[in-house]
Amino acid sequence: MKIAVVVRQVPDLIEPLEIDASGAALDLSSASFIVNESDDHALEQAILLKEAGGATVDVVALDFGDVDNTLYTAAAKGADRIFKVPLEGLPPPPRATAALLAEAIKPLAADLVLVGVQAHDELDGGVSPFLAAALGLPYVGVIRGVKAGPEPGMVTVCKEFPGAVMARMKVKLPAVLGILGADQPPRYVSVSRIRAAMKSTQFEERAVPTPPPEPLLSVCRLYPPVSGSRAEMLAGSEADVAARIAEILAEKGLVK
Amino acid sequence: MSAQDVLVLAEIQRETLAEVSLELLAAARGLAAATGGEVLALVLSPDGARYAPSLGAADRIVLVDDPQLAAYSPEPFLAALQEVVAAEKPRAVLIGATSIGWDLGPLLSARLGAPLVTGCKAVQPDGDALRVTTSFCGGKMMAEVQVKASPAVLVVLPGSFRPDGQAGKAVVQQRKPASPLAAGAVVFDGWVLPEAGDVDITQQDVLVAVGRGLQQKDNLELAEELAGALGGVVCASRPVVDQGWLPATRQVGKSGMTVKPKLYLAVGISGAPEHQEGMKGADLIIAVNTDPKAPIFDIAQFGAEMDALELLPALTEAVKAKRG
Repeated sequence: MKIAVVVRQVPDLIEPLEIDASGAALDLSSASFIVNESDDHALEQAILLKEAGGATVDVVALDFGDVDNTLYTAAAKGADRIFKVPLEGLPPPPRATAALLAEAIKPLAADLVLVGVQAHDELDGGVSPFLAAALGLPYVGVIRGVKAGPEPGMVTVCKEFPGAVMARMKVKLPAVLGILGADQPPRYVSVSRIRAAMKSTQFEERAVPTPPPEPLLSVCRLYPPVSGSRAEMLAGSEADVAARIAEILAEKGLVK
Repeated sequence: MSAQDVLVLAEIQRETLAEVSLELLAAARGLAAATGGEVLALVLSPDGARYAPSLGAADRIVLVDDPQLAAYSPEPFLAALQEVVAAEKPRAVLIGATSIGWDLGPLLSARLGAPLVTGCKAVQPDGDALRVTTSFCGGKMMAEVQVKASPAVLVVLPGSFRPDGQAGKAVVQQRKPASPLAAGAVVFDGWVLPEAGDVDITQQDVLVAVGRGLQQKDNLELAEELAGALGGVVCASRPVVDQGWLPATRQVGKSGMTVKPKLYLAVGISGAPEHQEGMKGADLIIAVNTDPKAPIFDIAQFGAEMDALELLPALTEAVKAKRG
């Protein structure tokens, strides 16, 4: 089975989010970026399928920010080939990002394309179904777990629903899956293995034409959420706050 | 239907009408009142008539019946939805931000070349356009988006509108697809239910909920000790379950359980909309997080800006001292 995995960078939400001078976009000039969490799970799922049945894993990423470190980590985890799509500036919105990625993925003739089901910086997500549409392939998303079979050219997936309930679905390949979680958490790789991958891994560049801008919607303004109510904040040392919370719980009859 | 009408996809999950469908109807009613259009509820099911009485807030209910719609799979559902949208030409299509909606919203948008907005929390007319308020970046940022083209495909966050489940006099129309729907490449093969044996967090009065701030699995013990002192159990947000530190039966939120305990003590949880969806009905919410801007503080009654790992042992001791 030939698997292609998309890996994206997203702003790290640990850092404060800033709005640029236009008021209609995030100011990412000083933002730090991390690998998109569900893409990390997509990569893990691909590696698990490779380990279970001898698949090959190609990773495709837009070239911006700190993507090289993410890609070396992917190589250290077991990715076979790494493709970077050159990019001027920041990634475009999901539909255009999907168009870029589709051009890079088509020549790979993948049986299975795995993409994180969403990224937190998308207003009009997600990339995974748009990528399926651009590739002309079937799609199902919100997937937690993929197994090869039960027949050749097929995988069985679990689609997550509320209440810890899953729908088991059989998927004829080729197809695109929007991954929410892998069968196991993304693996840890040591710094020494990543350093080794940096020495042995060659990135392949896949230059593709930039799609035209999307006229379908325009962002008028961004703003931090304004809450009608806000928690009463408890101040002081850990002991002070703990004592106050215990008092509140006792007042409400929750300490027995 | 007119070009100002609003179409709602009423979602059936395991033979039950999803609550979000009634929220979508409320959103659609508000929008249609402003545009002068009608509200159309669409049910894709061979057994759609049984759900019609709950959809009285619509002006018209369209029931599409086909054997391929007995259980969800993307291709026949998308084909049926697309056919109705093409025939009715609504101004907007409202779909819940659910497991099914996350498939069908973008796929419909891609098929039609129509604008898509996800994470929608409000929508109103803006001249000939629509102005949509949406949440992203884990609930830490809001955006106002103008959408001019029709139909606008809006994927609406559950909990954004008060459900409208009124009985009404909606006209019910049966509709068959122009040609029988074909099974696609993705085929439903059965439900996988959670394994019995774990505690049912939906039945607990006290929940100590842990999130990314837990940092590592070993720290679960701190939360377990506090939960034990309070006579409750530990539950979690999605990242903790994704790491395999707790089973899926302990997950709270959109893709997990919906809980309404007397106490929800959220430690190291930022409170993304998907998590809030599952717990905001708790009687008392107390949140602890190092980020003062964490959305969880918007719905908590009490909060503390500090490292949960530092607070947990102190709080356990304080609770034990109160118990005497």
